[in-house]
Amino acid sequence: MRRSPKDTEASSRKITRRGLVVGGLQAGMLGALGWRMRQMQVEQADEFRLLAEENRINMRLIAPARGLIADRNGIPVAENTQNYRIVIVREDAGDVDMVIDRLRQLIYLDPEELERSLREIKRRSPFVPVTLTDQRSWEDIATVAVNAPALPGIIPDVGLTRYYPLGADFAHVVGYVGPVSDYDLNRIEDDDPLLQIPKFQIGKTGVENKFERPLRGKAGSKRIEVNAAGRVMRELGRDAGIAGSDLQLTVDTALQNFTEARLSLINSAAAVVMDTRNGDLLAVGSTPTFDPNAFVRGISVQDYAELTENKYRPLANKAVQGAYPPGSTFKMLVTLAGLDSGEIGPEDTFYCPGYHELGNRRFHCWKRGGHGYVNLEKSLQQSCDVYYYELAQKVGIDKIAEVARKFGMGERFDIPMSAVTAGIMPDKAWKSERYSQDWRVGDSLNASIGQGYVLSSPLQLAVMTARLASGTGIMPRLVKSIDGVETPIEGAESLGFNENHMRLVRKGMYAVSNTRRGTAYSSRIADDQLRMAGKTGTSQVRNITVAERARGVTSNADLPWERRDHALFVAYAPYDNPAISVSVVVEHGGGGSSVAAPVARDIMLFALHGKMPPLESYPSNQRAGIRELQRSLPVHDVVRPVRSDRA
Amino acid sequence: MSYLEYHVKTVPTGLSKILRLNWPLILLLITVASVGFVMLYSVAGGSLTPWAEPQIERFAVGLAAMFIVAMVPIWFWRNMAGLAFGVSILLLIGVEFFGETRMGAQRWIDLGFMRLQPSELTKITLVMMLAAYYDWLDIRKTSHPLWVAIPVVMILIPTLLVLRQPDLGTALLLVAGGGAIMFIAGVSWWYFGVVAAMLGSLITAVFMSRGTDWQMLKDYQYRRIDTFLDPSTDPLGAGYHITQAKIALGSGGWTGRGFMQGTQSRLNFLPEKHTDFIFTTLAEEFGFIGAFSLLGLYGLIILFCFSSAFANKDRFGSLLTLGVGVTFFLFFAVNMSMVMGLAPVVGVPLPLVSYGGSAMLVLMVAFGLTQSAHVHRPRSR
Repeated sequence: MRRSPKDTEASSRKITRRGLVVGGLQAGMLGALGWRMRQMQVEQADEFRLLAEENRINMRLIAPARGLIADRNGIPVAENTQNYRIVIVREDAGDVDMVIDRLRQLIYLDPEELERSLREIKRRSPFVPVTLTDQRSWEDIATVAVNAPALPGIIPDVGLTRYYPLGADFAHVVGYVGPVSDYDLNRIEDDDPLLQIPKFQIGKTGVENKFERPLRGKAGSKRIEVNAAGRVMRELGRDAGIAGSDLQLTVDTALQNFTEARLSLINSAAAVVMDTRNGDLLAVGSTPTFDPNAFVRGISVQDYAELTENKYRPLANKAVQGAYPPGSTFKMLVTLAGLDSGEIGPEDTFYCPGYHELGNRRFHCWKRGGHGYVNLEKSLQQSCDVYYYELAQKVGIDKIAEVARKFGMGERFDIPMSAVTAGIMPDKAWKSERYSQDWRVGDSLNASIGQGYVLSSPLQLAVMTARLASGTGIMPRLVKSIDGVETPIEGAESLGFNENHMRLVRKGMYAVSNTRRGTAYSSRIADDQLRMAGKTGTSQVRNITVAERARGVTSNADLPWERRDHALFVAYAPYDNPAISVSVVVEHGGGGSSVAAPVARDIMLFALHGKMPPLESYPSNQRAGIRELQRSLPVHDVVRPVRSDRA
Repeated sequence: MSYLEYHVKTVPTGLSKILRLNWPLILLLITVASVGFVMLYSVAGGSLTPWAEPQIERFAVGLAAMFIVAMVPIWFWRNMAGLAFGVSILLLIGVEFFGETRMGAQRWIDLGFMRLQPSELTKITLVMMLAAYYDWLDIRKTSHPLWVAIPVVMILIPTLLVLRQPDLGTALLLVAGGGAIMFIAGVSWWYFGVVAAMLGSLITAVFMSRGTDWQMLKDYQYRRIDTFLDPSTDPLGAGYHITQAKIALGSGGWTGRGFMQGTQSRLNFLPEKHTDFIFTTLAEEFGFIGAFSLLGLYGLIILFCFSSAFANKDRFGSLLTLGVGVTFFLFFAVNMSMVMGLAPVVGVPLPLVSYGGSAMLVLMVAFGLTQSAHVHRPRSR
């Protein structure tokens, strides 16, 4: 439009005026932007820089190598092996089901394991790597690596895992490790960040559990730079952490293997072999046993059910957890209590008519016809019960308990195994506290033959026998050294009993397994240098009712397994120069002399010889049978060279 | 027929036009674009590809276009305003049917030799159209309701089309830019007061109605607003971009981490690091000094636009130059506010620095128009 100069002037003035208003607003905004920049970049710079560093730098834990466990000769019993595993990162995988389907076409995936992994994947954050499957072969890993482009989010990985080269032999001693569970995390008060690593292995039972902290070591860490997707760009720094301590056990691999093999011929039994001089536990056997390697990667529900539902309880370490009435193996302690209290001398006799009457109750001797006149040595040799009924009445339970405790009865030994039992060594105070009842004479009579309230574990019996042999208060020791530092020997001082009294008891034990009337004569050692002193025990797990006695049901063979007697045998050897003590408990095995003593002798001889014992050590009429037995034993060649390729 | 045509003889001709160009402004544009090249080189990890080199080529094309546009007399452009506006509206409609979907929004139309963003084109043709309208209109009728309604419709047509794409950022720029020209052209304060009051009460109503039966937005829309107001509520979701942008910016400090040393952009924490969020990389690597200098350069560009406009007695040229200046200002102000957490993330590039062809070309043509207005301004004898 054509404008007059006046209009043009007006227009120009207005534009300038309004333009200046807009320009002013803009200048204000520029100021605000500049102020904001200053605020963020100058005043809050440190704060933001910190955030940027946090963004950029991630800490990743490095799991330290778990400490190794070796036997007394340095043979590895728990080691770490390369574990090839396949890991998935949900975020990178995208469609998890599709990727896993493809993976299943390449390698076999156990459906149960897969199920568990899928649950884990759902539970964890999308960027956390979750182990799909582990303990894979190198071929599987290579297959996955080659097909990597078709398998987004799937990463072949290698880590360390626990391996027990001797399998079932050490299951009860060393225990096993397993993936840390939510249950573990709630139970144990431990803020070690390593426990937060998925499937991190921690000790669940046995030495692995008791020495968890030293074995685990200290977590290392690496500082890595990551990009926004969490991908590692470079490593900025590394702290390798500290590997776990190495343990050396007192156990001898060959003897342990033999012990387990010998016990495995029986349904359910336990044995402990101990060095009487320094307390070293040379073998701790419990049968049936199980393969601890199955637990390392997480045992399947079905396999686990098989173990827990087995009536012979393979998961229980009966050698230290089992509490059994010691039966006649307890009699040495009663004898010693009698001698120590001065109530009897070695030649004092009691008459055994086959029973002992207390009020209107009748306490039977195991031998129906009775033993006639019985002195101290004969009481042990033939295990006369009536002698001990009489003796207990004279000595009283408190004196018996006092002596027995010095031999480890009722004491929970501090060895690194799970659920070590203290057993029970009852006395008057114990009964009134436990049952609010007065101690009765009948209780003393039962206790005197290792029945009634008295309970002890095979470990306690082995310690008792070692202390009888040595006269010292030697303590059992399972760990020989930690990181090369020797564990001290404890209790090697004398118990302070009269040495003559001790000698009388030992002589009685010698008679048990070396004289013709002895209850374990058939399980004697023929080698004069290695003569064995022992004591049989047969402990009832039921009361034989009057009705049963009338019916004649007294034979074990007539009873169901659960109600049969426990068979026990304790021994030390050589008699002249004690070195080894052995205890054997055969659950519901029947008689101590026929069932437990032969087992104990075999183990004793192996321990004394350090190898499969020569037949000359056995009585000549038994050698043929022993040869067969030795051939059939499922021992493996455990004394193999140490493999150096296992880190 | 404007004032200008009666003073044709005072307008420079031929090569002397080149001397009369607003050279300081051109140098400023080249400087800012160079900052862009440097940043694109940096975010590519020290490489000319894939961004810096095409950007340089486009800038060269843009610069040439600017000179050509500047040489053409301003009255030609005034006469073309209606046509240009009409074409850009048609293209916007065309995008509805032939557009290619990028980043979830229809924005591009493929012309064979280049992909055009009609919404970018519209920013400048709307400014031309409005300037031409107010040049044509009797200044006494400027505030008459009818003559106010017409430019409002002119603004709303492309705005609604752009909103459909959906491109909230461009829509806001169109409304703000168009409104600014109407204001400068002399439309009564009252209209702006009423609009501002209505907007204020609408926003209040939106927030007040939240949680009641008659709430005006969907829940997720409220959550987006929440995220803008406090990005830390959703640091890995919708607030991620803005949180990371702020971290990058803030961690620059006074002097920055140094060229190519920005960890945030280098490690891909920054989204859209070569386009909308390029300012954060600059701020991280060159710190407050670098960021503030860029702000200063932008400020100078605006200053030169405004002084050129105030010196121009031609109503069309003056309004056009101011319109371009305001649009340019809105570009970088919104972008910077966005990355500094002062405004919601709406997808506005940093002018001349962000990687992008259409925006660069259109801006250079726009500056060509201001140069034409500058060169062909009426001069007193």
